[in-house]
Amino acid sequence: MSAEYDIAETLDVKGESCPMPVVKTKSAIDGLAAEEVLEVLATDSGSMSDIDGWADGTAGVELLAQEEDGDVYKHYVRKTE
Amino acid sequence: MSTDTSDTPADDAPDAAEGDAPTRAELAARVAELEESLAEATDDDDGKKMSIIATKGTLDMAYPPLILASTAAAFGYDVTVFHTFWGLDILHEERSKNLKLSSVGNPNMPVPNAVAALPGMDRVTTKLMERKIDDNDTATIEELLETSLDMGVEFQACQMTIDLMDYDEADFYDGVTTGVGAATALQDMADADIQLLV
Repeated sequence: MSAEYDIAETLDVKGESCPMPVVKTKSAIDGLAAEEVLEVLATDSGSMSDIDGWADGTAGVELLAQEEDGDVYKHYVRKTE
Repeated sequence: MSTDTSDTPADDAPDAAEGDAPTRAELAARVAELEESLAEATDDDDGKKMSIIATKGTLDMAYPPLILASTAAAFGYDVTVFHTFWGLDILHEERSKNLKLSSVGNPNMPVPNAVAALPGMDRVTTKLMERKIDDNDTATIEELLETSLDMGVEFQACQMTIDLMDYDEADFYDGVTTGVGAATALQDMADADIQLLV
């Protein structure tokens, strides 16, 4: 799946728990240019719902995909503006 | 079939409407006007606000305001947290690192109240909680506070409580706003989309 996207940056928040995956995703997105894609690697199972909810409620970001790879939850977020 | 005339008003309705009702063009203009004001109102959503009043200073109760504040900031909210009474300890650089968990009055604790009330038990339950926080890689209060400050959350320390507790303004984290009172908090709450008392 990840091969489908041209990933500009990978954020590793493995081991961190709520609210850090969302908070750090937001900070990482702020550092990207429009249309760039951020890959987030997390082990917090709550990150699946939280990053989805965050992307839904936040202007200028689009959640492209979420997937489980063993113990790791992968999220792909594009900055749209 | 019947002499009931209840059908008649419905038949007449279009005629009756013609006299008083606005024309199609007027309606179209009104719809356009409403759509425009709706768009303006929706634009304002970019400036969402959250106001939290933090009144508790135990280790467990220090988490909710900080987690919600940092998360709301990640959503782009303009967040203000007004700290009063024991909530002030969360902003106190030294005291925030030593917040305690009460062993009594919490039936979820694995210790009966009669034992929990013994001297030193708060220290024991606090240590247990701190170990759990560490084992789970849960962010510490200090980390959450620093992160929230970085994200632009405004932390306010109630001036009345500062005076009451005899705290020094220099004891608080850099970036904490002092010299504010209930009126400031009320103003923030009135402007906010979400208001919470913790």
